[in-house]
Amino acid sequence: MVDMKSEIKFVQGNEACVEAALYAGLDFFAGYPITPSTEIAEHMAVRLPQTGGKFLQMEDEIASLCAIIGASLTGNKVMTATSGPGFSLMQEALGYAIMTEIPCVIVNVQRGGPSTGLPTHASQGDINQARWGTHGDHAIIALTASNHQDLFDITIEAFNLAETYRTPVILMLDEITGHMRERLHIPHPGKIPLVSRLKTSVKQGVDYHPYLPREDGRLPMSDFGGIHRYNVTGLFHDMWGFPTDNPQIVHGLLRHLLDKISNNVHLIAKYKEYYLEDATTILVSYGSSARSALHLVKNRRNRGERLGLLELQTLWPFPYGIVREKCADARHVLVVEMNMGQILREVKIAVEDPEKVFLANRIDGAFITPTDIRNILRLVQGKGV
Amino acid sequence: MAIKDYLRERFFPHMWCPGCGHGTVLNCMLRAIENLALEKNDIVMVSGIGCSARISGYVDFHTLHTIHGRALAFATGVKMSRPDLNLIVPMGDGDALAIGGNHFIHAARRNIDITAIIMNNRIYGMTGGQFSPLTGYGKLATTAPYTNIDHAFDAVSLAIAAGASFVARTTTYHAKQMIDIIQKAIQHKGFSVVEVLTQCPTYFGRKNKEGSAAEMMENYKNTTTPIGSKAGQENPDLIERGIFVDKELPEYCSEYNKIIQKAVKGK
Repeated sequence: MVDMKSEIKFVQGNEACVEAALYAGLDFFAGYPITPSTEIAEHMAVRLPQTGGKFLQMEDEIASLCAIIGASLTGNKVMTATSGPGFSLMQEALGYAIMTEIPCVIVNVQRGGPSTGLPTHASQGDINQARWGTHGDHAIIALTASNHQDLFDITIEAFNLAETYRTPVILMLDEITGHMRERLHIPHPGKIPLVSRLKTSVKQGVDYHPYLPREDGRLPMSDFGGIHRYNVTGLFHDMWGFPTDNPQIVHGLLRHLLDKISNNVHLIAKYKEYYLEDATTILVSYGSSARSALHLVKNRRNRGERLGLLELQTLWPFPYGIVREKCADARHVLVVEMNMGQILREVKIAVEDPEKVFLANRIDGAFITPTDIRNILRLVQGKGV
Repeated sequence: MAIKDYLRERFFPHMWCPGCGHGTVLNCMLRAIENLALEKNDIVMVSGIGCSARISGYVDFHTLHTIHGRALAFATGVKMSRPDLNLIVPMGDGDALAIGGNHFIHAARRNIDITAIIMNNRIYGMTGGQFSPLTGYGKLATTAPYTNIDHAFDAVSLAIAAGASFVARTTTYHAKQMIDIIQKAIQHKGFSVVEVLTQCPTYFGRKNKEGSAAEMMENYKNTTTPIGSKAGQENPDLIERGIFVDKELPEYCSEYNKIIQKAVKGK
């Protein structure tokens, strides 16, 4: 049932992402035009100042991420959006946000790569870059969605996770989800719970430790520019935020940065499942590829085939436990993605028997279709094409 | 407030070499802030990477030590979200004009109310003496062992061409002038650039046989002249110092507030 204050729109995925960010309380956006993410910047330029927020077009993607990190530190909810080449440029600043524990949401509307690649075509080739793109050991959260309604919810979830764990969250869209038009129901304000970062209760004038996490790993920080003056640095730092190379402190900080994510995989992991109860063959997919996978599953179910779909919405941290459990009884697992098997590798690590895991992919810029998946499925099942 | 009240004394001694000019810049900057009677809570210092960038650790302001070359981009985000705060961004010559050159010209073009201080020692000090875009033709550096064939930027001309609304130059020898200029740069509403010639006796001086720190400072006295001086007209090789540009232009944060008003009205 549609509520009075809610709204129904027919929009591109990029616009759904903008509306979700505004719903989540976005204050500040900085970006640089790049296909196929540009509509996010264009809609932001119109919509964000209408809410009193600020939109900046910066000189490049590096500056865009740096600017939102600065704005976030003062207490704002922030976002930037880009595609492969811009995402590559952002990797150093991404590491800075991880190290300094500054919440931000980075949207990567994926295009074909490497290099300039296929700007207007579909790919999911940046999944591993999202995980490992910035240098040094680190943890990351990366989310995705396959339709606009899910994209709306997942975008809000990206802000909630960024605020909860004080970390960058990467939203991995792709050209299909970004440009496709679909129905979007925007719920009335307050329907979807929003999370804001913890603030310190330490009073002014008391020795304040900005980088002293609570036992649960969360960090109640004072907004930069507020009552507490402190130092922020990308160097390893002590609880005051001052540079140190003391091995004990270095080890402690790195463990904290890794553990605050990896200890909470069960809370972070989001997925959807279709017909898994009795499935003998399970498709594992995500993003736009999951649309074709779901189409095939429904189609074959009508013919009595025991096919199911596990759609991942959290890609990183990878939900190994969930994948292992869901795929335990399947004879075959087919990972459907538009790359050379970036999530396939993780699924093989997750399951008991990696030999039952196969890949259905396309890497030519064309969208993977239900027929493409079915052809590979027949080979896997020994039925021939 | 006494100068030392602006310092985080527990982080001293600082990491700069004996004779380094950066301490003089820190001193003059704090005296300018003291003269303006600014509250510590109202000042944000953003820096990048290099010897110069470490200045932010020593001052008791809100301090953001970021990544190489990007300090102005971070500062833009802080200033846009807290226009009431005073943003000071000290940068080395490589930080500001090599890796950070793009951010520098664009911050100047936007005329966002930030005070950029280029601590120009003509060398990459922290990595051990490589040439920078301000080292200059014919000079020596560890990566220019047969003399440098790269021509130098003129930081002042670059800032003017990029549209900075306040542009000045001074040296560590002219400490009183430096205090006065930094004071005016902070007061200026818009993007202000102060180039400070500051000696690096350890690398630039040693490589180029410029002598001790004191001799390098004396050299600043002998090779610079006030803007438009008679000496300068007679000898064009003298480097001019003083305030080159000080004009009122629409400031970026104020302009964006007008955008918000338009957007809210037109919704």
